[in-house]
Amino acid sequence: MARLWRIALQAVCYAACAGLIGYFSLLPSYRPLPAGQAMVKLTIRHAGQPVAECRQRSPAELAALPPNMRVATQCARERSPVTVRLEWDGAPLYQAVLPPSGLSGDGAASDYRRFVVPAGMHRLRAELADSVREPRRVDRLAEEVRLEPGRVLVVDYRGEQGGWVFR
Amino acid sequence: MVREQALKALQRVEQGFDRLFGASLNPWRQLGALSFLFFWVVAGTGLVLFIFFDTSLTGAHRSVEALTRQWYWGGLMRSLHRYASDAMVLTMVLHLLREFLYGRYRGVRWFSWITGVPLLWLVFASGINGYWLVWDQLAHFIAVGTAEWLDWLPLFGGVMIRNFLTPESLSDRFFSLLVFLHVGIPLILLLMMWVHIQRISRPKTNPPRLLAGGTLAMLLVLSLALPAQSQLPADPLHLPEVLQLDWFYLYAFPLLYTLSPGGLWGLAAAGTALLGVLPWVGRRPPQPVAEVHLESCNGCGRCFEDCPYAAVVMQPRADGRPFQLQPVVNADLCAACGICAGACPSSTPFRSVASLATGIDMPQMPIDDLRERLEQALPRLAGEAKVVAWGCRHGVRAEDLAEPGVAGFDLLCAGMLPPSFVEYAVRHGADGVLLVGCAGGDCEFRLGCRWTEERMAAQREPHLRGTVPAERVRIAWVNDAGELRAELAAFRERLKTLQNASRSIAEPIVIRRERRHG
Ligand code: HEM
Ligand code: SF4
Ligand code: SF4
Repeated sequence: MARLWRIALQAVCYAACAGLIGYFSLLPSYRPLPAGQAMVKLTIRHAGQPVAECRQRSPAELAALPPNMRVATQCARERSPVTVRLEWDGAPLYQAVLPPSGLSGDGAASDYRRFVVPAGMHRLRAELADSVREPRRVDRLAEEVRLEPGRVLVVDYRGEQGGWVFR
Repeated sequence: MVREQALKALQRVEQGFDRLFGASLNPWRQLGALSFLFFWVVAGTGLVLFIFFDTSLTGAHRSVEALTRQWYWGGLMRSLHRYASDAMVLTMVLHLLREFLYGRYRGVRWFSWITGVPLLWLVFASGINGYWLVWDQLAHFIAVGTAEWLDWLPLFGGVMIRNFLTPESLSDRFFSLLVFLHVGIPLILLLMMWVHIQRISRPKTNPPRLLAGGTLAMLLVLSLALPAQSQLPADPLHLPEVLQLDWFYLYAFPLLYTLSPGGLWGLAAAGTALLGVLPWVGRRPPQPVAEVHLESCNGCGRCFEDCPYAAVVMQPRADGRPFQLQPVVNADLCAACGICAGACPSSTPFRSVASLATGIDMPQMPIDDLRERLEQALPRLAGEAKVVAWGCRHGVRAEDLAEPGVAGFDLLCAGMLPPSFVEYAVRHGADGVLLVGCAGGDCEFRLGCRWTEERMAAQREPHLRGTVPAERVRIAWVNDAGELRAELAAFRERLKTLQNASRSIAEPIVIRRERRHG
């Protein structure tokens, strides 16, 4: 009898262990977003314009160079920082000045941000300026977006595809 | 101290389990071995899953779903794979806690401890990596989380995340990489598990059969009752309202979003650093280690055989005596358990030398002292059923048993007692000998109880000679003082019934010896 009891209690221990494993392998559930919210993810990887225009070397300058380095145009390697701005229903959501990467500042600027926003119809405006020589030149996209709860809207700047993409 | 309180609580739980499972099947005493068992289950079932897994962007989720629908085979393999992985985290973390609470993280054990730390990282990395393969909404959620976390490091340039943002950004090649990692990381884990047990001899890497059977049955029932399921296919542009997380592996992701990538790195780094320095904080002064006395050593190698920490090596003899080998103790490995002294054939109290020098001895508790204390105690034993009890400083104390008919001695480890001492005590007036040690083979020095049992049963050298009647020796593996008292009382009752029967050792051998008492 005592033996049976022990076996039964052992079974209870095994069951408790199985219960523990089974439970925490699923629960408690996790809510990645509060109810009724959506998410905007801003992602940028973009090389700004060179800080200075390319320049023609004068014949005198060319002559001063070793023969194998006599290239007529001289360009700066350094890139402009990239300025981004997001506006949400007319109010500023985010603004940043992103420095170029790389030791000599000749690489792309990049950024990644996530914003939790209420679901529904909203007006989103994205702006990017990438040249210190032409600060007025701003690449922008403004759109009405309909975000159902849980929607992740990716806001990406793709220079090769003509600019901002809302996806 | 908190640790001592927690240890007491743990010991109470362990004693409860001892009663229920029997000490040798107590899962608490098999946590490392159980972790190994779970690893093998995960590896075996993983192989099956690997065969049926489709390493493409669209095929991954589909192939896992197809497996899952075969509940009796593919689904079962999947569920076993998941639950054994979960169980491995559970036993690993409990194993860590237990070794910590028992203080088994410093001194010579630093190596086992330190090599345990990367196992944590590798186990979690393997598991998280596994959850990517399903490529469901959960997989995408943790892929994004992992990328956000890794992007915090300057190493990745902050652009890893761009691979996971839109449905177009991933390729089939990515899944080949994931599968490669999911084989590679567990292989490194296995290698490190092997390294982890390198400094101990005869590590327990297999739980006892009955416990293994029960554990596997438990996994099987759980897998059939609650089959592992995928969530909907990954969709980078939608987050599900709720995610069912496997908290054994994925706790880090909610943490990532409550803290920040930097915060989680800080926590992980601090936790790892804390575990990493633990062996060296509040370090107790090192114990004197075993000392070899070549003049009493014949090079038999028993100390080498029995050392639980592989601290003794046999090398070519260098003292000119006609033996091939001599033992050498590596002080960095020696845990000061004295098991080698108990193994040495020179440790016999019958030798008629004034000072009992043995081949390998413990400076803090020389074998000669053991004999002297025994010799002082034997004549003082009074009454019926006189008992000499030897125990261990790390277990229930035999010294606490002292009363007119009982003498108790606590050694560095139960395995330190040379069997000839048992015979010596019985020949010199003791009616019986009680050997005390920790229950469930859960010896502080891992092998002390096992060697004692084998020596007493004449299955191991040096063995207890057949001239000592078996009924006069009792072994008590206990973790509770009350239990030990009960054992002693029962033993003495038994001895009383033997009193009148003729003792098979009629006359003690009288040894004439000069002793200098200091
Ligand atoms: C994959 C996970 C792990 C496995 C499979 C594992 C397995 C084992 C095994 C089989 C033993 C030998 C037990 C014996 O024979 O007495 C052992 C000992 C030990 N483990 Fe682990 N272990 C793991 C993780 C860890 C971790 C994370 C730590 C702590 C950071 C740790 C600390 C120790 C220590 C200190 C010992 C030595 C005990 C002694 O010398 O008495 N282990 N482990
Ligand atoms: S005292 Fe223990 S650890 Fe040290 S050499 Fe002897 S048996 Fe090995
Ligand atoms: S057990 Fe004793 S005699 Fe044998 S090798 Fe070790 S020290 Fe020498």
